[in-house]
Formats: sequence, C-alpha cells, structure tokens
Amino acid sequence: MKHFVSRLALASALSVAGFAAHAANTDITVAMQLEPPHLDPTSAAAGAIDSVLYSNVFEGLTRFMGDGSVVAGLAKSWDISDDGLVYTFILHDNVLFHDGSTMDAEDVQFSLNRARADDSTNAQKALFAGITDVSALDAATVVVTLDAPNGNFLFNLAWGDAIIVAPESIDGIKQAPIGTGAFKFANWVQGDKIELTRNDAYWGTPAVLENVTFKFISDPTAAFASVMAEDVDAFVGFPAPENLPQFEADPRFQVLVGSTEGETILSTNNKMPPFDNVKVREALAHAIDRQAIVDGAMFGYGTPIGTHFAPHNPAYVDLTGSSAYDPELAKKLLAEAGFADGFETTLHLPPPSYARRGGEIIAAQLAQVGIKVQITNVEWAQWLETVFRGKDFGLTIVSHTEPMDIGIYANPEYYFQYDNPAFQELMTNLNATTDPEARTALMGDAQRMISSDFVNGYLFQLAQLSVAKAGVQGLWTNAPTQATDLTAVSWAD
Amino acid sequence: MIRYTLKRFLSLCISLAVASLLIFFVIEIAPGDPASFMLGINAQPDTVAALRAELGLDIPKLERYLAWTQGMLTGDFGMSYTYRTPVSQMVADRLWVSLPLALFALALSTLIALPAGIYAAARRGQTGDVAVMSATQLGVAIPNFWFAMMLVLIFAIKLRWFAGGGFAGWDKGLGAVMWSLTLPAISLALPQAAILARVMRSALLDVMNEDFMRTARAKGLTTTQTLWKHGLRNALIPVLTIIGLQFSFLLAGGIIIEQVFYLPGLGRLVFQAISARDLIVVESVVMLLVFAVIVVNFAVDLAYAAVDPRLRART
Repeated sequence: MKHFVSRLALASALSVAGFAAHAANTDITVAMQLEPPHLDPTSAAAGAIDSVLYSNVFEGLTRFMGDGSVVAGLAKSWDISDDGLVYTFILHDNVLFHDGSTMDAEDVQFSLNRARADDSTNAQKALFAGITDVSALDAATVVVTLDAPNGNFLFNLAWGDAIIVAPESIDGIKQAPIGTGAFKFANWVQGDKIELTRNDAYWGTPAVLENVTFKFISDPTAAFASVMAEDVDAFVGFPAPENLPQFEADPRFQVLVGSTEGETILSTNNKMPPFDNVKVREALAHAIDRQAIVDGAMFGYGTPIGTHFAPHNPAYVDLTGSSAYDPELAKKLLAEAGFADGFETTLHLPPPSYARRGGEIIAAQLAQVGIKVQITNVEWAQWLETVFRGKDFGLTIVSHTEPMDIGIYANPEYYFQYDNPAFQELMTNLNATTDPEARTALMGDAQRMISSDFVNGYLFQLAQLSVAKAGVQGLWTNAPTQATDLTAVSWAD
Repeated sequence: MIRYTLKRFLSLCISLAVASLLIFFVIEIAPGDPASFMLGINAQPDTVAALRAELGLDIPKLERYLAWTQGMLTGDFGMSYTYRTPVSQMVADRLWVSLPLALFALALSTLIALPAGIYAAARRGQTGDVAVMSATQLGVAIPNFWFAMMLVLIFAIKLRWFAGGGFAGWDKGLGAVMWSLTLPAISLALPQAAILARVMRSALLDVMNEDFMRTARAKGLTTTQTLWKHGLRNALIPVLTIIGLQFSFLLAGGIIIEQVFYLPGLGRLVFQAISARDLIVVESVVMLLVFAVIVVNFAVDLAYAAVDPRLRART
C-alpha cells in the first residue's frame, strides 16, 4: 500500500512537472496520425514527411502560406523574362543550413537538378519537367530556363518536393535532415516521436517555440484519449470527427475546422462500359446525395463540390447545381442509355474513413436507381496496383490531395481515363498563360468542361480537422499543402 | 536427456527453414509494390523504376530469398525499404518496448492466475471457487482492446493517474518505463490470467484424483500439505504449456494493444510495415516471432523433461 501511495505521489509530481514545462510557454507536443517513413521530402509521396518538416525544417525558393497563397521563401525576389522562359531568382543573404554551411546559388542548382535528373526518385518529378537549365550566376543569383512558359512555375516551387537541400548533407537526409528552416531536427524515436529544436541562427523571423515534439497516434480512439488526457497539446488531422462536439463543449480545448486541397471523388473508369457512355455517368452524378454523404461519413465536416477544384480557391466555380441529387432523373437517364434495369459494377475502397464509410452510403444510394455495387475493401498498396496502375475497376473513392491538380484530366492514361482533346488543349493554354485574369477564366472553363462531361462523381472537399488546447495560437486552420507550420505558433499568456 | 534435446533441436531447425520459405514467398506474392507505394499517384514510371533499382527490388525473388536467409544467419536482416535503416536495429529498438511489456504482462498474469487457480481448486464447489470461476469466465469473454479503452477512460482521462498512452523512453528510468507500461500490461494480462487460472484449477483437480495423492493423505499429510508437496508439481505441466504459448502470444499479439496505447513496439512496426508494403521488415519480424515461438516451445519441451522424469526416460 505504501508503495502504491508513493507511486501516486510520483505520478502527481510528474504531472506537476509537465504543467510547469507548459507554463514556460516554449514547448509544444503535436500529434498526428501517420508517421513519416523517412525524412526526405524530395523522394517520397508520403504527406506525413511534409506534415513534420515543411517550413519547419526545410524551405524552398517560394512557399505556401496558411491561406494558400504563394510567397517568397529563400528567394528574396525574382524576375521573369518577357517570353516567360527565364526566371532569375535573387536569394536571401546569410542563410545557413543547420550544419553551419552557407545556402547559396549552387545549393539551389544542386537541388533542382537532383529533382529532375534521370535517376531522380522525386515523387513529383513532373513539377520540374519543363526546366532545361539551372545555372548559378553568382552566390546569390540563380537563373532557371524553361522550355515553355509555365504559369504554375512559382506555385510548383512552393511544394515540399522542391525544397532546397545541400550536397554535403544529402546522404544523411533520410534520417537526419539538414535544412534552412526555423527549427532544427533533434531526434527521432521511430514508431513514437520526432523532436525539433529552435534554430537560433535562423535568417528570418525566429520561431517562438523552443522545443517541438511530433507524436504519432494512428488509432482514432487513442487519438481521442491522448487529447482528453492532455498528453498532447494539439492533434492535427484529428481522425475521429464524431468526437469533435465533445471538444467544442470543453473550455480546455479549441476545435479548428478548415479546408484541404483534397477533392474527394467517386472516380469512374471512363473507358469501361457502361461508364464510357456519358449518359450513364450523368445518371451516376444525379444518383448521389452529397450532403447525405458528408453528414453520414464525415459527421457534417466537408463542403460539397460539383467539379475537381477547391471551393476556397478564388477561381472556383460552384457547379453542384448541375449534378444535383435527383434519383428520378438518374433512372430516366439510365433508361435512355439502355439500362432501365440497372447494371452491376465494382467499388474499390481504400482505407481512409471517407472512402470506407462514404462507400457504404454511395452503394445504398446507387442501389436506389438500380445500380448494384459490389464493394471491395483494399489497402493502399493494393489500390495503387489494381486500380491506379492496373485500371481494373468500375468505381473507387479517393481524395486527390495535391493542390491545383485539375491537370490530371489532360492525361488520357490517368487511371480514370478521361480522353478529351478539347480539355487537353485547354490545359496547354492554361500552362502557357501567366496573366492572372486570363488564367482564372481558363480555370473556370476547365471546371465546367469536366463537370458537364461528368467525368467522375464529385463528392466533397475534405475538411482539415484539428483540436488544440485553448492556449495554443497560430496553428494553420487550412491545409493548402500537407504541413504543420509551427514557425508562428505560440502559447497565449 | 541428450538424445531428447538433440531430437527437439533438429525439429526446431526444420521448422525454422520451412517457416522462412513460407513467410518469404507468401508475403512476396501479395499484390502491392513498395516503390509505387512510396512514390504515390503522381510518380512517373521512370521514377518508380529508379527507386526499385535503388531498393534492389529488380533482383530476382530467389536470389533475394537466399541473400535474406544467409544474412539472417549472421544477424543481418537487410535494410528497410521505407525507413532505410537496418531491420535488425529497428527490431532491436522495438524489442526494448515489446519485450518488457510481454514480460510484465506475463508476470502479472502468472501472479494473478496461479494463486487464483490453486485457491479455486482447494475450495472446489464452494463460494470462493464459484466466485473465481465467474471472474475468469468474464475475463475470457472481455476483448482486451475494449478493456484497454475502459482503463484509459478511468485511469487516464478521469483520474489522470496515467498517461493515455505512449512510451516514457528508457532515458527516463525504469520506474517511468514500468509506469507507462502498466495499463497496457494489465489489459494484456487479464484475459491471459483468466485462461491460466482455469487451466491451473482443472490441472490441480485432475491431479487430486490420482492414487498417489490418496497415498500421501494416507501416510498422514494434511490436505494442504498434499496439495503443495505433491499436487502442485504434477499439475504444472499443462500450466507450463499454456505459459509458453501465452508468452509468444503476448510478444506477437500486442499489435492491437500497441495501437490503443500507441506504443512503439514490434506489433506497431509490423502494422506500419504491412500497410507500406515494407516487405523485408514484415518478413524479418514475422520470422523473428516464429523463431521466438519455436524457441519458447523448445524451452518448454525441455522444462517438461525437467519437471517430469518419465519424459526423459521414454526417449
């Protein structure tokens, strides 16, 4: 019994110590669901890598802000030639890597050439495809030449896959990343946590926090417990939306509901009969009740969409009306297409809850109009092999989380196999256009075109859900890219 | 005894060889390419090919199998595809969590089960027996992940005595480590204890009907003395078997509990590796667990022989 009491005393002493650390307002523990496989943002697609390192440890020439805008990063300014082919970047002075070496034009040249090399393992190599030459004019000036004008180029450079690394530290980057950011990598206990500390030699505005711990908690119930027991200070990308009202009602916590770049769609195999018939796809679009899916699968979090574009983007066109829920119309369209008795098809569901829960609801809705859906649950690796690469599917649900990715519709080989020369030409024009107003008009046309072709069933924009202790301020509400930017986060007094 | 040991050892080696073959090819046949998984949906085919070459996935399967088994004999399990660290180091790191957890749970389960089983057997048919048996019935029926969540709800969220999960880390000292493993160990141990207590009770009751027990009573020992001096020792064989099985189960079966308490143990490693198609990690960890199970069984076989001299004489 005595032992028990002393344990208790120990526990309370520990919790007091924990409280004291927070009182100093310099440390934070942030939880997220997935752990990065390694720590090199330039050689894997895993969003978890960017979630920990983007902006915190690594920076690019340009960068995303929390509102989705693209601003200057390591490049202080730039000049674009009149033909749109030559970009001259002026770099910030006195930028040091965390190992003390200087960041200069040669590092930029190395990083961009590494990403576009023949043996590159960059998951977004296409971002760098138009680059024909990168040269260092002097220590602070880099000239990048493109083969064609690219209105997205500065946007592309803001991606986590385009961060600037140094040739001296590249070999160890997967375990001990060396960047230029406001935080330095300190420690990684695999399966458990990653620790960062403040970079006191930072070139820009220094971070307020001194120590940052990222914890990885994948189970939704454990996620709930970790926040409730105050083991973590914030949970970014909270996996149990059903528990959010409980946090909202608790004065100890704040709930952040924002938007992501994730268009969640009912992807349709446009080459597979009967989906090669536009009438069938139109019927599909009218058979889906988006709000019911958002309410049922996402507990109300998520914005219905009618095309493949993020609603928070200024160029977004609301086209939900053109595929409004109307099961009678869907039945009529099916009859016109020769499927008065409906048909059978497959629905492949990857692991995320938007797919698994949403899939059940969609299957029920499609059954109402006579489409019998056979559900197959798959793991991601299997989904990539059979659905994405093998194109062996009728329907699948997936959230396309890359920012501004309407360009995938111009690739007839892409897994949903939409092949429309008019759209492909539209994208070529968009890439060649740099005037913002003209770009907005073209992006509107593109949204309308895929919407009226009913390429896929457009469901909803995935919400970004986070829970934090009430005193945490400066966290991103939206996720314009997968990042947990802590450079401006602090504790309220 | 030597012949018996050699025979057991030979069967151990054959089991390991067959297991390695089975594990490697079954896992390699499952669909899903680690390189495509790493690079996601925007990757170009030449990028995937470059990564496959970097990871050595373009080498034929048979060659990779031979390299893998040869490496294992020298303690080299290869390099993880996703983490890019040696598998042996990752496994060693995770064992520092899973092994203490399994031992802690096993100790708890044995400490609870044996006295409970003996108590119930000694009071066969009485209230005490009925109470213990009802409790074990409940313990067997309750799923351990649900029980774990209840423990978290009460002791972490309401009472705040423990953290809701996570591993303290060995740098914080043994006390902190044990403290952070207490709830997981209890949730793992209770269902095991329930099973073990039932086995202990029935084994003891079986022994009590034996002739030698009556003889012991006849030569003047009290009931309690007979139970402790003759009954217990003879009832231990089935109990040892179950303890052996339970240890391997606790080591391998911590996957769900490690998820609930987000502990960086072996179970979680396997779970992550399977979803990332980090085949070499899955193969090596599964192989290691098979190795552990086979070795524990081997040890239990030897323990039988130690407890029961008849087994030695027979072979």
